[in-house]
Amino acid sequence: MTNTTVDDRPVPLPPGTEAPEFQLPSTPDQMVSLAEFRGQPVILAFYPEDWSPVCSDQLALYQELLPEFKKFNAELVGISVDGIWSHLAFARDRNLHFPLLADFEPKGEVARTYQVYRATEGTSERALYVIDADGVVRWSYVSPVGINPGADGILRALESLVESGS
Amino acid sequence: MSRTQFDAVLAVPVDQDRDHIQGQADAPVTLVEYGDYECPYCGAAYPIVTELQDRMGERLRFVFRNFPITTSHPHAEQAAEAAEAAAAQGRFWEMHDHLYENQRRLGDQDLYAYAEELGLDVELFEKELAGHVHAPRVREDFMSGVRSGVNGTPSFYVNGTRHDDSYDLETLLAALERAAAA
Repeated sequence: MTNTTVDDRPVPLPPGTEAPEFQLPSTPDQMVSLAEFRGQPVILAFYPEDWSPVCSDQLALYQELLPEFKKFNAELVGISVDGIWSHLAFARDRNLHFPLLADFEPKGEVARTYQVYRATEGTSERALYVIDADGVVRWSYVSPVGINPGADGILRALESLVESGS
Repeated sequence: MSRTQFDAVLAVPVDQDRDHIQGQADAPVTLVEYGDYECPYCGAAYPIVTELQDRMGERLRFVFRNFPITTSHPHAEQAAEAAEAAAAQGRFWEMHDHLYENQRRLGDQDLYAYAEELGLDVELFEKELAGHVHAPRVREDFMSGVRSGVNGTPSFYVNGTRHDDSYDLETLLAALERAAAA
């Protein structure tokens, strides 16, 4: 399947862009900032909403792949506009053991900064970013919102980081 | 390219020696399923695949690979290993059918009972399950699926390309017939 269709998906920040810094809550009393991941690759998985069927399949797949991401010393974080209590309940219900960040207040601000906010729906796109150890975007992808993008693109991006020695 | 969509094609081609296969190597169409024994959608697809096999007969080769999503399905991994343990005794497809026909009973005791019903060497079967002897094989299937763009279960590949449409009988049959005619 090659993506040549014309649609309304936005263009995410391209590779080579310095990833915009952010700080978001992962629990009621913990904040996670992008700067904390300096020195290792980080995968940002923007997804529209907790609880929606495609999201949970996608995040369940990533949960299965945490050991593969670890081989690249990469950390994974999920980001949506849902509040922290929704995230906590969702993570517990679905057995997810990676941080889900609440892009809740101001709503969607980080998604906007990363050019993946859907103003009409008030959620983010289903978008993936792989950011290298120096905080530079190395791969970005916006999936059609109803389609689970899978994980092959992430793994390819992580492999190319290794090949390029960064 | 920031919006690359990788081609969703089988990253690991069908291997007559390694894969679980029904049908002839020279069949014009090969349908590969990545499935999870506890996934209800795979359960729904199971009789559809059987029907496709009936309708297409020798023109269809069917291949099943494991894609257990244990995060959602706590028994899926052990069930996949049970199918592989049965395969080690030459009885993969019988166990495969048993698992899909009893999707809600996939606890260890259930699996042992199925092994017994199939006349397997139950002692060996239990030992292999307990030791997770077949876990690497299951993981190999899983990763081959990930690298092929599997993003949920069931995922189907028709002659090596991901079937991105519905997997109801008519749609899938039409896709297989198109592939057969190509």
